[in-house]
Amino acid sequence: MGIWICLDIGSTWTKATAVDPDAPRIVGTSRSRTTVETDVNLGVSAALAELVRQCGHHSIDRRLACSSAAGGLRMAAVGLVPELTAEAARRAAFSAGAKVIRTFSHELTAADLRDLDSMRPDILLLCGGTDGGNRRGLLHNAAALASLETVFPVVLAGNRSVAEEAAGLLRGRGKPVRITENVMPEFNRLNLEPAREAIREVFLERIVKAKGLDKVASLVDDLLMPTPFAVLNAVRLLAEGYDGETGWGDLMALDVGGATTDVYSMAAGEPSLPGVLWKGLPEPYAKRTVEGDLGVRLNAQAITETLGDGLHGLSQLALRAHVTTDTASDWLKTISENPGILPESVSTSPIPSACAPEACSLSHDHSALDSALAIRAMQVALQRHAGKMEEAFTPMGRVHVQTGKDLTGVRRLILTGGPLVDALDPAGLANAALSADPSAAASGTLLLPDKMDLFLDKSYILAAMGLLAAEQPLVALRIMKKEMIAL
Amino acid sequence: MNEKTLILGVIGADVHAVGNRILEYAFRQAGFRVVNLGVMVQQEEYISAALETAADAILVSSLYGHGEMDCRGLRQKCEEAGLEGILMYVGGNLVVGKQEFHEVEMKFRAMGFDRVYPPGTAPDTAIEDLQRDLGVV
Repeated sequence: MGIWICLDIGSTWTKATAVDPDAPRIVGTSRSRTTVETDVNLGVSAALAELVRQCGHHSIDRRLACSSAAGGLRMAAVGLVPELTAEAARRAAFSAGAKVIRTFSHELTAADLRDLDSMRPDILLLCGGTDGGNRRGLLHNAAALASLETVFPVVLAGNRSVAEEAAGLLRGRGKPVRITENVMPEFNRLNLEPAREAIREVFLERIVKAKGLDKVASLVDDLLMPTPFAVLNAVRLLAEGYDGETGWGDLMALDVGGATTDVYSMAAGEPSLPGVLWKGLPEPYAKRTVEGDLGVRLNAQAITETLGDGLHGLSQLALRAHVTTDTASDWLKTISENPGILPESVSTSPIPSACAPEACSLSHDHSALDSALAIRAMQVALQRHAGKMEEAFTPMGRVHVQTGKDLTGVRRLILTGGPLVDALDPAGLANAALSADPSAAASGTLLLPDKMDLFLDKSYILAAMGLLAAEQPLVALRIMKKEMIAL
Repeated sequence: MNEKTLILGVIGADVHAVGNRILEYAFRQAGFRVVNLGVMVQQEEYISAALETAADAILVSSLYGHGEMDCRGLRQKCEEAGLEGILMYVGGNLVVGKQEFHEVEMKFRAMGFDRVYPPGTAPDTAIEDLQRDLGVV
């Protein structure tokens, strides 16, 4: 049997992983800059050539790919009530690997439509009403969307009773629509999987082509899914196990990137103490949240603002990195203008070559700032992902009210994403992010552990394993259990 | 689908859960579709649930005597949210202390509730009223 190659065509890097499924083991990894602006195949060929150089002359059985290049999957979500079907729509889009650029609720207004026109989402997820419930919202919004000049595909996952009628309104004006099951068929029951799958299918049928990614068909056998979709599959497989091979049980993963920070939790998240009242939308076992404002390159300024407004935030960042505010301010400016930059390359070339990052000597202050940014991004992303516990006083005494997932019992945290994989001390960064945050608002207790067993996706293979899991789950599971390195 | 949908819940900071379960069971047995929000329900939660499910009635329970403040403004918020004319019932130990039920009833009717029930009302009473008000029989 030959080797399998899994390609992750990311926004900055195209990463290739070669797997020997019989061993099972990783036989090689490589990366090259993504070249989607010109011809995506240049980067893919370079990564493949490097892989062949490393692994010699194995025969190749299968080549799979996932992608988050060309802006990833940008989606808009529409629902009726903000906390109900609009939130369900947002979660379904996240679980499908999308970046949700905006969520709309109730009836779309003329201003909303203008915004949609200018933001041009790759896909819009249209929800609203439980099955047999509210009809007006979905019909109104379908008619409103049908009137738009801009054409983008719509995945319709709302009230079954009017889904066909709503889809007809859109199709009548030439808008591509795919109908799937309602994200909330009954009040407070979520059904995200059909919408997730429909989004993946539309991504492959339409978006891949629109972004010029379909060219890879000459170099790979199958482009299967958006990258975060693959990462969710990988993390879920590692938690649940497969076919008698046990998984690790409840776990979390943090994926820090240049543009976003993603948090994954595989846990039921039920209250861990008796007598706690659990309010809000039910939580999915496999949950992904994406913080589109927390990326250590494209959104470094926004991360700084979470520490305070203007100069206060900047001085907080400088304080944490033990540098002067001028150094901090200069570095933020540099990285926003040149997101590909790494600390070591400041004084030499503006764009780092595809060198092994550990081979480079780091400019101390800049890497300290990068560390401070990564810590803060992780901290805020974790705070937004985890549930909260609040105390309420009633005439019958004190009551504990939980919203979101209780993750205090989760022991394992997997770290991935370039800024963590390439960091000198990823455990130090993660531990700092998990430790108590004095700046957090006092709106209840955060349901997160303050200490976790840390694992590093050292070879940067989670997305590749999620791809492999689509066809060889047992192989992917065994490799992950070996390759996630305890820190 | 001719099933009528009811939104059920105990309002405010009230954690009395037993009667709420009994009502859910009784209404289901009577053929209604019941969305039970449980205890400690805020006004907004009734409205959100009624909007998504296109509910036919909102049934508010209050057992701890603070119902008057908790229920104020619910009718107005329903109208604001587009639930004009939705049927609203309220029942339980609605006020603290000894007040004539008639006075209590008038107070809650003025707030916009269509029917007001005193403590100890059997579920069947509300079921019969619902069937009549919703034109089920």
